[in-house]
Amino acid sequence: MRALVWHGAQDIRCDTVPDPEIEQDRDVIIKVTACAICGSDLHLYDHFMPGMEKGDIMGHETMGEVVEVGKGINGALKKGDRIVVPFTIICGECDQCKRGFFSVCERSNRNKAMASKVFGSTTAGLFGYTHLTGGYPGGQAEYLRVPYADATHIKVPDSLTDEQVLFLSDIFPTGWQAAVQCDIEPTDTVAIWGAGPVGQMAIRSAILLGAKHVICIDNVPERLEMARAGGASTINFSDESVIERLNQMTSGKGPEKCIDSVGMEAHATATIDSMVDRAKQAVMLESDRPHVLREMAYVCRSAGTLSIPGVYGGLIDKFPMGMVMNKGLTIRTGQTHVNRWTGDLVRRIEEGQIDPSFVITHRVGLEDGPEMYKTFRDKKDGCIKVVIKP
Amino acid sequence: MRYEGPRSPRRGHPDTATDALARGLGWFSIGLGLVELLAPKALARGLGMRGQEGLVQAYGAREVATGIGILTSDDPTPWIWGRVAGDALDLATLAAAYEGNPKKDNLLLAAAAVAGVTALDAVCADRLMRSTAVPLPPIGNYRARTGYPKGIRVSRGVAKNVEGSRGMMTPDALKPWAA
Repeated sequence: MRALVWHGAQDIRCDTVPDPEIEQDRDVIIKVTACAICGSDLHLYDHFMPGMEKGDIMGHETMGEVVEVGKGINGALKKGDRIVVPFTIICGECDQCKRGFFSVCERSNRNKAMASKVFGSTTAGLFGYTHLTGGYPGGQAEYLRVPYADATHIKVPDSLTDEQVLFLSDIFPTGWQAAVQCDIEPTDTVAIWGAGPVGQMAIRSAILLGAKHVICIDNVPERLEMARAGGASTINFSDESVIERLNQMTSGKGPEKCIDSVGMEAHATATIDSMVDRAKQAVMLESDRPHVLREMAYVCRSAGTLSIPGVYGGLIDKFPMGMVMNKGLTIRTGQTHVNRWTGDLVRRIEEGQIDPSFVITHRVGLEDGPEMYKTFRDKKDGCIKVVIKP
Repeated sequence: MRYEGPRSPRRGHPDTATDALARGLGWFSIGLGLVELLAPKALARGLGMRGQEGLVQAYGAREVATGIGILTSDDPTPWIWGRVAGDALDLATLAAAYEGNPKKDNLLLAAAAVAGVTALDAVCADRLMRSTAVPLPPIGNYRARTGYPKGIRVSRGVAKNVEGSRGMMTPDALKPWAA
């Protein structure tokens, strides 16, 4: 089969690789009908996340049709079923899965010893996202093996198109969880850093959850335009001071809820602190650039909440913890517990409350995937979300 | 096609290779400047220019400032031309130190290296200035991409009574009283 394969920093190729096979009783194989490039894939593309190896297949936003079923599926899935695959692989049986904390499933990461060394404890296994999270082949391919498939799937109704449901795999529930864990009150102003795909979903989620005012911060004009279309006010950080503008817009009090949809690769040349971070990153004194975290801690209203769906991989420096403590801020973060939300979100799509396909700007075949990584990374050609149809 | 300003809806330079070269020269400038700032005695000794340590450090500060300018500006072209001017100053300084210099071989080697970098800087600046017949592709028009099939008025607040999620929400005891 053909697949997008990681060969090194900024080197992803469309290669021919062996077809996946059933390895465990709870596996299924799907024929991929649609997949997408995620912003967090760019951390692998730029090689900021450790644990990638040459030959790894990329991709964790995938859906398709079941074509082969393992012996242990016990009727949960059958050939021909149409499923979206959550990016978190879940056993559905461990203590954390039973509590609904699926992204920290205790069984699905087959490299949990390695993950524990880096993260202190294991995450769930993830598709196509380094050997720290299990080294599972990803879904930017013609076929995908889904481990623990009787639990790791989202069945979707035929009345919805692939493009309407594909993002249930990651970015929609990720934006949703980011907003839900803000515990939004009707009087809240929610500030969202980053108008990429997760930021766009977080904006719509905050609107659905009843925020009084949503403000989005970025510097890419077309992304800000899409944010405004979703009901957000916008701040272009290249044109004005984020802190000053947020204070102006909130009568000097700051937003009650702040969401970081940027993560470890905050803009490298926008501010002095992010330039220092970039220099430290270059000499391995720091792995992540926490500019957005600092800005959120500084501007968030006291007793507010910082919600962090943006991906961080290691160590940050100069984070104002004294500010967080003395302002009484709450920090909520984590990989997304996808299956916790998807039943509700499928219903909301069916009812027409939201249609996540609004975010798609590029549709390509698998062979154009490597070039689209570059286009997406460089934010060229108005690129916000790429869907690949193998 | 030149760089456009920060308020422009387009970003970057269509010649991405030259843009990357410019940014690379920025990092090179900072690296060289730091060496000149931190090790002026060793450099001056190596070039047979003892007593000129202050000048070496001043040139180092110039290199660092130019490098920061290249990396932080939306359009690095004037800063790259600034590097070309700085290179000319370096070459003039090396030429002035030639007569009676005890380490002429090192001095000539340094002059050759500076001349090479000068050529690279000049080529880079010239390419950045050039126009190209290839227009940038139009940016998307996303004004209609609301994401709400029934309109934002219908969707706003429709999930405000979403089922809370135990363990992830603010405990009732800590919620604001007036909310």
